[in-house]
Amino acid sequence: MANTFELIASSTVGAGGTTTITFSSIPSTYTDLALKLSVRSNSAGFREVWVNPNGSSANGTSRILQGSGSAASSYTATRYQVFGATNPTGSTANTFSSIDFYIPNYAGSTNKSLSADGVEENNATEAYAELSASLWSVTSAITSLDIVLSASASFVQYSTAYLYGVKNA
Amino acid sequence: MPNPTRIIINCETGVESIIELTDAEVAEMTYAAELAAEKKAEEDAKAASDATAKAALLVKLGITADEAKLLLA
Repeated sequence: MANTFELIASSTVGAGGTTTITFSSIPSTYTDLALKLSVRSNSAGFREVWVNPNGSSANGTSRILQGSGSAASSYTATRYQVFGATNPTGSTANTFSSIDFYIPNYAGSTNKSLSADGVEENNATEAYAELSASLWSVTSAITSLDIVLSASASFVQYSTAYLYGVKNA
Repeated sequence: MPNPTRIIINCETGVESIIELTDAEVAEMTYAAELAAEKKAEEDAKAASDATAKAALLVKLGITADEAKLLLA
């Protein structure tokens, strides 16, 4: 059977923004999950995008490699983190960060890895690009994903999230 | 002023709900944000302190960072 890549659900943030985008009751019938985000925050400073599987913010760790446009660096986060430099209010108007992440074997009984790539869209000298690798050290199947920003920031209107299921057989 | 909202998309039904956070949830988010900020500040301070100590040690030994790497190789 050919591989499949199916849209499970999507959301576009409405007026007023939102702090959390939750995909609940994720079916266990796929092999992997893929999520595509286009997001901007209401914060003046950079905010991280975190993912809370099954509502949990614990047991996550991430290693992030990033380039700012002038320097390269890396750091560790004690979260299931997919991006660290979400478009803030001062970035070019109407631009959004583009972030893709992938969770293989999300319904299995082993710890859950995640890989992500993301870019901050900004017409300026500084614009971040990042790669991250994460591990959620929990063996339960993932049935929901909360997508949140650090420091209680909100996703602004027209931010979008698309959740895809991938079948490899 | 109303509390912030969260969007919940039920993947089985496709129904999207927009729910205003309770005061307790807002407090929990604020607390989590403060904890994360404190932890990051501690990690940044430790990294800066380690870098300072490393530089001071190299000066004390009279060698460069590259020479120190050679010694440890």
